[in-house]
Amino acid sequence: MIEIQNLTLVDLVNKIKKKDISSKEITKYFVERSKKSKKLNTYITENFENAIKKAEEFDKKPDFKCKLPGIPLAVKDLFCTKNLRTTAGSKILQNFVPTYESTITENLWKSGAILLGKLNCDEFAMGSSNETSFFGDVQNPISENLVPGGSSGGSASALAANLTPATIGTDTGGSIRQPASFTGTVGLKPTYGSCSRYGIVAFASSLDQAGPMTKDVKDCSLLFEVMSSYDNKDSTSIEFKRGNYLKELTDSIKGKKIGIPKEYRIEKMPKEIEDLWQKGIDIIKDSGGKIVDVSLPHTNYALPAYYIVAPAEASSNLARYDGVKYGFRSEGNNLIDMYEKTRSKGFGDEVKRRIMIGTYVLSSGYYDAYYLKAQKVRRLIKNDFDEVYKKVDAILTPSTPSSAFKIGEKTDDPVSMYLNDIFTVPVNLAGLPAISIPAGIDKKGYPLGLQIIGKAFDEQNILNIAFSMEKQINFKNNLNDWWTK
Amino acid sequence: MKKNQSEYLIKRNDTEYEVVIGLEVHAQVLSKSKLFSSSPTKFGAEPNSQVSLVDAAFPGMLPVINEFCIKQAVKTGIGLKAKINKRSIFDRKNYFYADLPQGYQISQYKNPIIGEGEVILDMPNGEKVVGIERLHLEQDAGKSIHDMDPQNTFVDLNRSGVALMEIVSKPDLRSLDEVNLYIKKLRSIMRYIGTCDGNMQEGSLRADVNVSVRKKGQKNYGTRCEIKNVNSIKFMQMAIDYEANRQVDVIEEGGVVDQETRLFDTKKNETRSMRSKEDAHDYRYFPDPDLLPLELTDEFINDLKKNIPELPDEKKKRFIEKFKLSSYEANILVSDIETSKYFEEVIKKSDVKISTNWITGELFALLNEKNLEIIDSPISAKNLSKLINLIKDGTISGKIAKTVFEMMADGDIDPQKIIEDKGLKQQSDPKELEKLINKVVNENQEKVKEYKSGKEKLFGFFVGQVMKVSGGKANPQLVNEILKKKLK
Repeated sequence: MIEIQNLTLVDLVNKIKKKDISSKEITKYFVERSKKSKKLNTYITENFENAIKKAEEFDKKPDFKCKLPGIPLAVKDLFCTKNLRTTAGSKILQNFVPTYESTITENLWKSGAILLGKLNCDEFAMGSSNETSFFGDVQNPISENLVPGGSSGGSASALAANLTPATIGTDTGGSIRQPASFTGTVGLKPTYGSCSRYGIVAFASSLDQAGPMTKDVKDCSLLFEVMSSYDNKDSTSIEFKRGNYLKELTDSIKGKKIGIPKEYRIEKMPKEIEDLWQKGIDIIKDSGGKIVDVSLPHTNYALPAYYIVAPAEASSNLARYDGVKYGFRSEGNNLIDMYEKTRSKGFGDEVKRRIMIGTYVLSSGYYDAYYLKAQKVRRLIKNDFDEVYKKVDAILTPSTPSSAFKIGEKTDDPVSMYLNDIFTVPVNLAGLPAISIPAGIDKKGYPLGLQIIGKAFDEQNILNIAFSMEKQINFKNNLNDWWTK
Repeated sequence: MKKNQSEYLIKRNDTEYEVVIGLEVHAQVLSKSKLFSSSPTKFGAEPNSQVSLVDAAFPGMLPVINEFCIKQAVKTGIGLKAKINKRSIFDRKNYFYADLPQGYQISQYKNPIIGEGEVILDMPNGEKVVGIERLHLEQDAGKSIHDMDPQNTFVDLNRSGVALMEIVSKPDLRSLDEVNLYIKKLRSIMRYIGTCDGNMQEGSLRADVNVSVRKKGQKNYGTRCEIKNVNSIKFMQMAIDYEANRQVDVIEEGGVVDQETRLFDTKKNETRSMRSKEDAHDYRYFPDPDLLPLELTDEFINDLKKNIPELPDEKKKRFIEKFKLSSYEANILVSDIETSKYFEEVIKKSDVKISTNWITGELFALLNEKNLEIIDSPISAKNLSKLINLIKDGTISGKIAKTVFEMMADGDIDPQKIIEDKGLKQQSDPKELEKLINKVVNENQEKVKEYKSGKEKLFGFFVGQVMKVSGGKANPQLVNEILKKKLK
């Protein structure tokens, strides 16, 4: 009997191809394990029976040429899936069943993957702890009552707990990398325009990007390869030659120049984070990489700029949830009354807060002072990166300023919650790719991640650096499956 | 007042007020599919039968620019002799309404696709140039239907996402006649280029009207009011007339005109306040992050320029120079592209003068009577040309031609065939005519005597009698000649 829980995505693909194991066996394993893991609250909608049926179909007529042959995958509930409820973690889409498929998930199914279910997330991907979901908090398998991060919290938790061999998330300001860091997993935020946004419930259109979340860097390369495609249904999708990321993966980083931005050494940064960063620097040096001190002078303004641009776009993107066409409706005496009741009851507090912020910063008289200025800051931040990339191949930073925190610890303090994104948001503002890999644990035993930021469309390079570091760090989550007991 | 401006002043006591008018015309782009989706745009389809997931704003749906609509806008810009902006930006105009599925309209705010241009009006005393401020592309909204049910409002999204060109004039119009000519000219240009069918009944052309008044001779503009969504030239004129008079009354009574948006009630023939400046919507415009800025290359623009047909102003000039038409005749023949095509088809093989008279006379009267557009004319250009040639070569008289013309209208029948079937060919054989004339002279000896004694008016009587006995077929010219000899 093969021990499925110890296998990576790439292992599973190889075993299926060699006919060591069937799709049904794998699918049943993850279904059973998911069923035993309800305490984590990772699933919003299960597709278990269907998944097993699909696995049986695959086994009957297997196609071993595809990249994810018969592999079951659960995905973040922000991706629209045809005929399977898609909620975006919100009451307002509680009963919404799309008649269409997102391009990203379509790419997965076309490569042979099978949908296991839809994973919990912060409401409309707005949150850093998965506590804003209408469908309840998600537990981090690392420890009880610990948040898994957010907004792709359900994805990170399900992955870390081995309820899915890999998963996909979306990252607007850190929503893949921060939960990956909190759960000891790997998460990649690709270059803006690399992965299609078609069929993904929009949060902030100019920042949203889907990406893979996996157990290791090899899996990450494979899944990214499947996800990334040019899509003429998304006007911001970019046509460029996409690589064979897995095949070209190498751990040789000799001579690579890695920048260390001084501005990321923030005030009151915990010593553990400092130490982790240093550990990363040493590993790169040991592997023949060259460390270069660099400066990204406008880093301080990234978080405020992000919390203007993202809510501004969100306030407009979420206007379509008005109770008229689909989704939740609360009847009213007239149109305005219906709007107010529907949106008051349909949205949670964090979503309402961001809609209000976004509406405010776009208002006439405030537009120039907030939105326009934030866009200018955004340009400066991008220029900072462009400048630095004349000297280095990639940048190394911590993924988050702390490890995972307790459920409820920061819910009353939105600003402290927003600070979680301090190392991740500049990347989204600049449209760059970045990967978070697990790099160690703090004194509580909670995982910590390091982030490698690359040049636009240079995913292969950061995957290689991550692959090299991963080998030396040799991180492993030590889970006791407390939630199954 | 300059000569080429029409006089339209409102008098109160001793004061004369000038009316200043600007128009924001919404012209539906002639296109098979919508501005950002592939849904069809056919008029009059079943409600909600032409709606895609994008038009209905389903979660995760994204707009993709329809290149054809961009071409149409650029072509219109060329027709307006306007600046084509090589970089333009689509913005979101945010507001809530049941027939606006996205909760925002995608429009162009600060960076429109077309900049300043002009439209030339043919005024009775010369030309007047009306400035164009800009042209931008935007999505139409759906339609709310309030009168189908006492409790509920129904929404039809067929129009949601259809491409509109908003063409904003400068405040250069000064009279109701100018408004009429401006709309017609704009419509004519777009129909020539094929970018808008200009069908006002189907809502393809509507306008928001900006009106202000000022004392004659005053330099600064008065405060303007905007009258929303007026859908015919007649209503525009009625709305302007009412609104201008209302504003004059306010000023004459010592009041101040408030800047506001007003509605025109076509039943009561009055404008009503819709919302004041204070209540004006804050649309929170910002660049649509789902769409990249639109960049046009010189090559793209030049390719379109090459394919612009001859426009009404140039065509008019050519008609006057080449065919020696009067300015009035040329205007009538070029105002509608189909009329000009019809005219040019007829004169390919026929006399220009006779053709002009027949088209602007008999044909227009017929179309008017049957309420038809020239493209649906019951008589084809080919057959009208034949008829004109039959007149020209004397086969039939002008009078018989009118009878033949009427018969032709019943199924576009070849005039030659009618003449043969009905034996309407002109009697031009002098011997035959002489027989007829002899008969008439013999039967009317009394009248011959009177004529010869000096009552020359009777000549017409003899002609009429000859025509009568010939069944109208006698060649009148020959009859005249022979009669004169006989009665000497």
